[in-house]
Amino acid sequence: MSSVSTQEIKKEFLKSKLGLTGVFILSGLILVSIITISVIPASTFQEWNNPEKWISYPKTSVPSWVNFLSSDKIPEHKIINAEVFQSQENGIFLTSQQFGVYFDYDDFPSDFIFEMKTKYTDSHIVQIKVIRPDGITLELLSTSLPHSDNETIHNQRYFSTDSMIKKNLNTYKDDFGFDFKIGTTEIIFSELYQNQIQKGNYIFIVDIYGIGKDVEVLESKMILGGKAYGLMGTDELRRDLAIGLLWGTPLALFIGISVSIGSVVVGLIYGVYSGYKGKKTDEVMMRFNDVIYALPALPFLIILAVTISNSIFLMIGFLMIFSWVGIAKVSRSMSLQIKTRQYIEAAKIMGQKDSKIIFRHILPQLLPYAFASIAISVPAAITTEAGLSFLGLGDPSFPTWGQILHDANTYGAAAQGFWWWIVPPGILIAITGLAFVFIGNALDAIVNPKLKR
Amino acid sequence: MGLKRYLITRGLTMFGVLMITLLLTISLVGSNMDTILKQGIIYQVRAEITENTTIAQGFNNPEEFEKFVQQKIDERVKTLGLDTPWYSPQRLGYTMYKILILDFGNATFLTSDSGSSNVGEIIFEKMPKTILLFTTATIIISIIGILLGAASSNKIGSKTDRITSTFAVISSSFPVWWIGMLMIFVFAFVYQIFPARATPSIEPDEPGYILALLYHMTLPVITIVLIGFGAWAYLVRNFMVGIMQEDFISAKKTIGISKKKIVYSHALRNAAPPIVTILALSLSGSLGGAIITEAVFDWPGMGRLYFEAISVMDLPVIIGSTYILTVLFLVSIFIADLLYGYFDPRVRTSS
Repeated sequence: MSSVSTQEIKKEFLKSKLGLTGVFILSGLILVSIITISVIPASTFQEWNNPEKWISYPKTSVPSWVNFLSSDKIPEHKIINAEVFQSQENGIFLTSQQFGVYFDYDDFPSDFIFEMKTKYTDSHIVQIKVIRPDGITLELLSTSLPHSDNETIHNQRYFSTDSMIKKNLNTYKDDFGFDFKIGTTEIIFSELYQNQIQKGNYIFIVDIYGIGKDVEVLESKMILGGKAYGLMGTDELRRDLAIGLLWGTPLALFIGISVSIGSVVVGLIYGVYSGYKGKKTDEVMMRFNDVIYALPALPFLIILAVTISNSIFLMIGFLMIFSWVGIAKVSRSMSLQIKTRQYIEAAKIMGQKDSKIIFRHILPQLLPYAFASIAISVPAAITTEAGLSFLGLGDPSFPTWGQILHDANTYGAAAQGFWWWIVPPGILIAITGLAFVFIGNALDAIVNPKLKR
Repeated sequence: MGLKRYLITRGLTMFGVLMITLLLTISLVGSNMDTILKQGIIYQVRAEITENTTIAQGFNNPEEFEKFVQQKIDERVKTLGLDTPWYSPQRLGYTMYKILILDFGNATFLTSDSGSSNVGEIIFEKMPKTILLFTTATIIISIIGILLGAASSNKIGSKTDRITSTFAVISSSFPVWWIGMLMIFVFAFVYQIFPARATPSIEPDEPGYILALLYHMTLPVITIVLIGFGAWAYLVRNFMVGIMQEDFISAKKTIGISKKKIVYSHALRNAAPPIVTILALSLSGSLGGAIITEAVFDWPGMGRLYFEAISVMDLPVIIGSTYILTVLFLVSIFIADLLYGYFDPRVRTSS
């Protein structure tokens, strides 16, 4: 094999359009990974499987950019923060939280939730009302915070599905020109004369009255449940898919690259040593190689994942077991050729150690081939891991693309038409694979070891 | 080294692999299997004793009765040899011998369609379906691949050639099962042409079953073919390009035989050995992938059986199907080796 210098490889590579495309895609993916790791808090993926975390998100919402493509605007899921006003009159303290929302969608919001965290003593009265675009004010709820003698911090949620709200709305029945046998949001956001969406500014007001004592609002938000959310939508478990997909990128790169580097290094050293030693050593080592080669990989990976562990790091190890074999075969035949060269013979006669000959004189010559094989073997590692995750054998503490697809399959995403749950993870897997295939093919064409087989 | 010796060494290696696979599988699931078997015995003994009321009447107090039951259980455990651990040489040897003669015992949870829980029966009921699906797909893939590959090697750099090469690279980056999900989404739900589940809804003995099976098979076959034929065409093209550079082809060219005839009859015939070899190998490769593909399409074959067995930890079925999958895998590798050695004398002479 003619050794190609790094300079030459670089020059040739820059000429290859395919290779450059691959590098371009890969740098994009790396950039996404870096941004994800540094910007998005790690708690988001640690709590990926914790339903508590995602409770204020909508269920199976389409990505919000869908609204740009269609004429019918799907209501977006909104989390609105309060503006808090405080006043005092005759010893009665009023804390008023106001949530303003401009609603101009073509469908009713599915529901709304008020969430607040308050610090208070004694008892306080809570009143919720809404001022609609047509100027009508609807009283929704009158209730009180639970009585407490000591200072206490209290979490409270008010749901639009509360039966009290429905009851209170019934008092306005005569003002509306339609039957009230519908959900509360469909009444609140409706025109008077018929059940049609009234677009415009809505102001939701949560008033807390306290006699002689003030209440401190620590956190307060209103969730207006829609059917569109974020860049990538959400899944059945209300998780923001954008976060899962973003975290999937560094994970896929990590799995793919570590498996391929690991297996190429092992395969290279194994093959070169076997070829260099020859005779009995070679025979034994190659028989072992044949054994691993003939093991059916996927069934074994499944058994290993089920019986030993499905931790992502062990998975990487298991994947390595099955992927170094081919590289060992090729590098053995390469080293068989190189070892007949005269300078190797010379080094041997001079009494250099075997390890030194292998690491100094043989391995460096195989480096270009090694880089090409690293790039080429990444996609297989990524798809195999994705496949295992898809079967539900993935590491539950890390959201990978395969696991997102597994969830999509379990919850029947295809049957219910949740395309945003199925399409993006697969495309990302394919794009990542393609980037490495492009780079690998370009390198392979330059290095072109005709010794293969 | 003659062909005979070559085949014998290969055969021995294969057998060794088979034994190692078995040993590995047993050692990975062995300890779980013991617990499950013992629980099975306890359950069985208790059921037998409660059924027979006369035994219970013979005892005065519950402790004595418990003692009797425990004694029965211990007896049964001993007769089945479960008192020694699974890794003791005798038991390991016995288990391996049993599996070698295809006696896999009874499944813990799964049953065949006819209701039998004999692992061998379950596996041999599912295997034909896997073979049917993947052989059909592989045959279609190879026909399309060979024709397309030959066509693109006929005109290197042409539109067909470039499209084939690009398609080969792109299609091989997509996971088959993901394309399967998309196909189900598009052709079973958006346009309701094909059924979403590939298991036919009618019983095997009813008339029209074969038609129903073929209809249910269409979507998986299309998916596998779609993903597979590009790589095949590319492979065939590369073989052909190599052969077209050989001297005897150039000679034929100078005689004046038309290029089309050279490509389709002379060159293709010479490319046959590696193509046939790879055909055998790709069949074996697709068997492993069957687990995921069948899970997506719910195709009632070996792959889905394996997946179901894993999800409920039905160990006899896991061991049995791993064994059968390995055998199938090795047989096809062996056939590939055989063909390769037969077609290419260099393999059997070099040592």
